[in-house]
Order: sequence, then structure tokens, then C-alpha cells
Amino acid sequence: MSVKVNRDYSYVGKSLDRNDSYQKTTGRAQYTGDLKFPNMLYGKLIRSDVAHAIIKNIDTSEAEKLPGVKAIITARDVPAMKYGLSPARFDENIFCTDRVRFNGDKIGAVCAVDEETVYKALKLIKVEYEELEPVFTVEHAKKEGAPQIFEEYPGNLNTEIHHKFGDPDEAIKDAHYVRTDVFQGQRTYHAFIENHCSVGMWDGDKATLYSSCQSVHYVQYHLARVLGMKMGDLRVLKTHVGAGFGGKLDPTGLDFAAVILSKMTGQPVKMFYDHAETFLNGRGRHPITMTLTTGVDKNGKILGHKYTAVLEGGAYTGLGIASTYYAGSLLGVLYNFENYQFDAYRYVTNLPPCGAQRGHGQPQPRFAFEHHIDLIGEAIGVDPIDMRLINARDANTYTLAGYEVKSYNLKAANKMARDASGWKEKRGKLGVGRGIGVGNGGFVTGAGFCQYRTDLPHSVGMIKIYDDGTQAFVYSQAVDIGQGSDTVLLQMAAEAMGYPYEQCKMYAGDTDLSTLDFGAYASRQTLMAGWAIKRAGEDIRQKILDQAVEMFKASGKIKEGWAYIGNRELRTDDLDVKEGVVYVKQEPSLTLTFEEVARRYFVTKGVLIGRGWYHPGKLGGNHKGAAVGTSPAYSSATQIAEVKVDMETGQIECVDTWDVHDSGTIINPKLFHGQVHGAFYMGIGETIWEEVLFDKKTGKLLNGNFSEYRLPTALDMPPVLSLTLDESWEPNGPYGLKEVGEGATTPTMGAVANAIYDAMGVSMTELPITYEKVWRALKDKK
Amino acid sequence: MANCIVDKDGIKRYLVSVNVNGGVFTKVVKANTLLVNFLREELDMIGTKKGCELGDCGCCTVMLDGNAVNSCLVLAVDVDGREVTTAEGVADGEDLDIIQEKFIEHAAFQCGFCTSGMIVSSRALLNENPSPSEYEVREAIAGNLCRCTGYVNIVDAVLDAAEKK
Repeated sequence: MSVKVNRDYSYVGKSLDRNDSYQKTTGRAQYTGDLKFPNMLYGKLIRSDVAHAIIKNIDTSEAEKLPGVKAIITARDVPAMKYGLSPARFDENIFCTDRVRFNGDKIGAVCAVDEETVYKALKLIKVEYEELEPVFTVEHAKKEGAPQIFEEYPGNLNTEIHHKFGDPDEAIKDAHYVRTDVFQGQRTYHAFIENHCSVGMWDGDKATLYSSCQSVHYVQYHLARVLGMKMGDLRVLKTHVGAGFGGKLDPTGLDFAAVILSKMTGQPVKMFYDHAETFLNGRGRHPITMTLTTGVDKNGKILGHKYTAVLEGGAYTGLGIASTYYAGSLLGVLYNFENYQFDAYRYVTNLPPCGAQRGHGQPQPRFAFEHHIDLIGEAIGVDPIDMRLINARDANTYTLAGYEVKSYNLKAANKMARDASGWKEKRGKLGVGRGIGVGNGGFVTGAGFCQYRTDLPHSVGMIKIYDDGTQAFVYSQAVDIGQGSDTVLLQMAAEAMGYPYEQCKMYAGDTDLSTLDFGAYASRQTLMAGWAIKRAGEDIRQKILDQAVEMFKASGKIKEGWAYIGNRELRTDDLDVKEGVVYVKQEPSLTLTFEEVARRYFVTKGVLIGRGWYHPGKLGGNHKGAAVGTSPAYSSATQIAEVKVDMETGQIECVDTWDVHDSGTIINPKLFHGQVHGAFYMGIGETIWEEVLFDKKTGKLLNGNFSEYRLPTALDMPPVLSLTLDESWEPNGPYGLKEVGEGATTPTMGAVANAIYDAMGVSMTELPITYEKVWRALKDKK
Repeated sequence: MANCIVDKDGIKRYLVSVNVNGGVFTKVVKANTLLVNFLREELDMIGTKKGCELGDCGCCTVMLDGNAVNSCLVLAVDVDGREVTTAEGVADGEDLDIIQEKFIEHAAFQCGFCTSGMIVSSRALLNENPSPSEYEVREAIAGNLCRCTGYVNIVDAVLDAAEKK
């Protein structure tokens, strides 16, 4: 792989301050819940308090009499069209039409003059149910004669995948060593701090919706489709977003209700969740049961691998079908082996729906595989890092599924992490109760396909230079949910234009004002919106240089410069522009400012606009489901964790960690490292502490709060040394970049779990690896 | 106790005067009005965020007479005559507080939703203890949850601010 890192960039590769620094540190940043409009009403969803039932009657009469209540809607007041991710699994309605499918399912919505009245009204609404037997586990869901949650999913089987490449049974028949392990993941939740919120406004023939979401485009698309509106008649925009991690990608009942209620009442309506309701909205990580069988040769080289994943999906599909594919589709990117069988089954249950959470379907399978490969290495006497090195993929290769992998530096990442952590001195030598472990991961840099069938480009960028040349306005429906996309997109815009970063302003995440982008998911924002905006910047640059040629020619002094260019006329390619100064390359003292050139352009030609476009092209293999996992670029990553386990109490303390992320060019190092820290944080939380719990009889959410859903605090979080690879450069990414945000959470569970195993000597195969489970395992060992 | 009036429905309402960020605001509140709602709804000071409303997340942290408290766990009637500092009041006019500057320099925030509370908790710590240890910083912000940063850059920013002060 050729190394093309241009050290001469003005803004790319610099740890510039975030563009939202002032607003976010001074309390001025507005989130959707902070918005207030004249005459605004407040609304909430009506939720079921049983898990599985036929709705017999909804009596809203008492609530309607309550002074201050403005409107109450249920399924009969709204379109019955179903929605979801893929048409074959459109299974969710705005409100339940006849049946509730989890405890907390959405039945309707109320709006009133203030919050207090809304809560009072909710208590007055009486719903009569004919209760049905609920199903809370996969075991129950697939049992003969189990209640059917959806007619369209016989046996409650929602998604089924069978991929087979090569012949794994034949390949492992005579293997040096074959091993089968079973692992169990748990249900976790994104746990962003800002609750979902939506504000709808109807102004006669057009609706405006502020939504705390990750994709204004998908919210607009789904709402317009279900509500029977033209997309242009529905403006969706966002303010600052208090994080998402996948949990703000699907449209919510709030989005639909805000638009419908604002139309009914003629007033702005703010719909909001309280904290527990965000857990009920769900879409967090699926609990997956993973069975892995692998055969290796004596060096640890994988000959064949068979893997079955069984996912508990909750009540609706949403993004769950993609999660199911992601549970198996990326393994063949990390490791290079010829024979692979992947079978997956996603079952529906009467619990809140599972969906996409940072790393999508992949983190738990990464945990399983990374621990499995360590157990194999142990059995055949091969060091864990050597096990990974012998199987890791190389750059410029194709996976079994037909994905083209350009840059890939997983081997280099392993070696760098090994050396930085002092692995050789520590592994197996730290003594009882201390351990060190490694895990690998990585992710797509943007999904190869849109969430729905379309020929739209994945991102379109536009830059407008202000009339007098003193500002550049950058437009994209990219959504900065905290990951810093606005900042890095502005850096790339400034670099491409040759214009000062400080004078660039972002207009992002507004379907009316800004230009198409599918939003923040699948680690796509920096690459896909980046390409579109870089190209828009290059368009501006070209127009500025063309204009500058005219101006140089028209000016008298330029004639002195002719000697350097010979007898021919000055051309655009004789000029360059950098940090707001246009200059003649052969005679850099001859300059014009970007501002004066841009102003002249405006005076003579009108508004100066740059346009950019990005589509990844046709990617991937031809088998069914090949689409999920395709990407223009794949990151890879290695993490190493060092832990202490109290052999008496089972308490785990992670004392040190190392991360090497193969991320291509780093656009903004300090934001990049922040992504690694946060990704590790989520990963270690899921490894040790986090699990969403439900009452086993009623399916009622038990820990929808942060004292019982246990996010790590500042006292629990270890230091993270985040390292990068200089040689990493991705030809399919603008400026050579690749993703970081999701990939960095995928090695964590494996690394921490392997360190725990190294410390305690008992293999822990069930997440989360709580202190109690460790204590019990140690007790059983004695 | 604050002055009390009873409205036509028999609900008691209390007259409170609260010093918020140096300005005194006099408002009529109900007995169950929370300080967080008083700040956000009555005074339009949206810098104080509303997260869990249960005292778990800490994003509504304000200083009450100099101590960091969760404003969702304090009643507005109880702050009559007292001093409140919110995220908006940490800077001295145009000049950012050293903690704010260091948060920016270290990229100690991402989505920013916890940042107001984080900065207020950190300010309260440094007022009390100008040169805290790393452990003391972690302890001071242990009641402020952040899902984005893993606290790494936040702890660095606060320690850096302490050294520079």
C-alpha cells in the first residue's frame, strides 16, 4: 500500500477545536427539549402496561374532560400503514392497531397545555385488554405451540440467514485441533443522556419537525411515506443532538405524533420521553447466543469455522434484520479463512425491540470469537497475538463474501498494541488475580447500500461563499450527534477550498436548507459526507482559480510574472489557493485574497456555489444478504486490557488499556482519540456492568434508570492509550480516511474478557461478566 | 419560608427570590416546582439540562450556595433567598472560565449534553480544592454521567485547569 499522507495540509490532520465549543461549554447549545415556541403544547405517548394483549377498548373520555387537554389520538386517528427497515418486515404501526406486543408499547398520544396536565391525562385513560400469554425468551418463542406474536413470523422466527462458503465440515474433519464453545450476550442499551424529543409545527400546507435524531433524511422518508405526504412538504431538522449510538435512527412515535397533533391543534407540539421511556423505545443491543466451532492446524491457522447466532429481537424488526446479518458478515473481513458457515435466527418476543447499537450486531460476536480463539491458542500452545497474526487479513484482498478490502493493517495494529502494552513481559506472568488480554475488531466505513431501495447518491454537499467572500457556508444533512462530524467536515471543506477553517460555518441536518445525506449511522458520516463536501470544496477552488486567472490578467502587475511562465497565457493550473490566499505557483509573491476573488465572482457571475456528490458504486458479493457488510472501506483495531480480579470477592478492576486503530488519515486527532475513549467506555460497561432487565412474569422494565442500569462512572473508567498507525491510508476515503466511532467498540469485550480469563483462570462465556458471576465461578473452581 | 398565596383552586403558591448567576429573580412557584424546571421554564436558562430527573445522571448540576447539587432533587421554594450558579454563570461575561477553556482544548465533550453539569461540578471542586488529585477529580464528577467521552479528556481538562489556575 502506497503511503500518501500529505503532511502539508492546512487543516486536515490538525487537532482543531470543535466548531460547537463555545455553545456547548457555556450552556448555550440548544437541544430539541430546549426549544420553545409561542402557544406550544406538550405531549406524551399512551403506553400499554401489559406485554401481550388484544386491545378491546380505549376510553379517553375522562381525560378529554380534563381542562388543558387539547387532543388525544389513537390508532383510529392515524394512518394504518406499517413501517420498518425492509418492506418484507414492515411490522410497526404509529400506534398499535389491535394488539400490544410489549409492556410499554405505544397506543396513542395526548397533548395539553403543560407537562403536568399531560401526566394527569395519561392517568385518566383506561385501556381494556384481552391478555394473551406473553413470550419473553427465545426458548419460549421457538417452542411448539408458543403464542404467535406476529402472524407473518411463524414460530416467531423473524429472520433466518444461512451462509456457506467453502466446506467447513470437510475442512475441519482432519484438523489438528477442533473446538466448540457457546457464548451468551445480554441486552444492553445506548444510554445517551438526552431523552428523545420531537417538536412538530404545522403551517397550513407544510409540516416542520424538529427531531432529536441521527438521520433527518430517514425520519423524513418514513414519516412522509406513512403519513402520505410528499417529502418536500415535510421539513425535518435537528438542533444539537445529545448523542445517539444507534438509538435515534428509527423514527419514533414522538416524531409521528408531533406532526399529527400539530396539524390537529394548529399549535406547535413538543413530544417527549421521560428517561425510562427511552429504554422502552429500545433498539439497543440484541442478546445473542453464539455457538462457534473452529478447526485449526498446529500453527493456529483457521481451516474452517462454523458459527450459529440466535438473537432475541424484542417486539418489532426495525434495524434488527441488519443486526442479524452484521452478527456474522464482518468476521470474514478480520480473519482470512476459506471455509465459513454462518447460520442466524432472530426471534421476536414481547419485550421492547432490539436494533442497532454502536458496532451494530458485531460486538457480542467479536467477544465470542476473540475468547474462542484464545481458548484454541491455549490448547495448542500458541500465544493469543500469534493466533491473530497468523489469521489476520492483509490489505488489497477480497473476503469470502466478495467484499473488496483496500487498506487493512490489522497485523500492524496487533504488533503495535503488543509492543506498547509490554505484552511479552506480562502475558501469563502477572500472577494470580492479574491478567492481560487482547481483542480485535473493526467496522465498515459507511454501509454500501441505503436503508431503502433507491438510486439516490449517498451524500450530496454544497458550499456557498458569502457575497463578499468573508464566510463559507457548508451544507449537508450530516448529523453531528456528538461524534464531531460538523467539525471534521468543515476541516475537509476548508482544506479542499483553500479557505480559512475559522470562516467556515456548517448548516447541517435540515432537509429544507441543507443537501442530501443519509445521516449518522454505520460509521459513514466522515467518509460519505466527507467525499461530497470535499468535492464541493474542490468545485469552489476551481471556480476561484478560474476567476483569479481573469483578475490576474486584468491587473497590470501580473505582466511582470509572465517571464516565469514563458510566452503563453496564464492558466488556472499555474495558480493555487491555500488558507485564503490565491498565488501564482511559479511566483508566490503574486497573490490575491480568496475574499476579493470571491467578491469579484459574485459581482460578475452571481452566487459562488460549489457542489459535490458521492455514491460508493456497486459493492460486494452476489449471495442473499451480501449487501449487509459491504462498504467502501474497512477499519481494523486491536485493544489490549490489563485487569485485576479480586479472587475473594470477584471484583474486577481494569487498570490499563491500549488501543491501536487502523483508521486511515486522522482528520482531527483529538476528536479521534475521544471516539476511541468513548467506544472503549461503552465496551467495558457492556463487558462488566450493563444489562437491561425485565420482570419475568409481566415483561415490565425493571431498571430503566441510571442507578440500576449501571453505566461506568469516572471512578470505574481505566486510562486508555489510543495509538494510530502512520502507514494507514485508505484510497476509497477522502484524504485517505476510514472510520473510528463504531469499530473501536468492537474489540473491547473480547480484550477485557480475555484479560479476566488470564487473571482468574476460569473462562467466562456469559455477558456481562459481573462480580457475582466471577465470585461464583471462582467458588465453583475451588 | 417564602410568602404563600392560595389560588382559586386551593393550590398554594410561593413567592421566591433567587439569585441566579448574580441577578435576582422573583417568581411565584408551586410547592412541587423543581429547581431544574424553575431555571428552564421560568427563567429560560436552558444551560441546565434535564436528563433522568431522578438524580442519577447529574446533567442538571448547579451550584447552590457554592455546592454542586442535582437541581432535579431541589425544590424551588427551598432556594428562596439563596444563590444559584448555572452553566451560563460559570464564565465571567465574555471571558471563559479556565475550566471551559480547558474543556475546549482537550475536546472534553462530544454531544455536550452532560457538559453543563460536568463544568459546574468541576468548578465547585476547584473552588473548594484548587489542586485536586486525579482521584479527587474522578470522585467529584462521579455523579455526572457521560456516555460519549469515557471521562478521559474531562479528567485531563480539569487537572490541566487546576494546574493553570
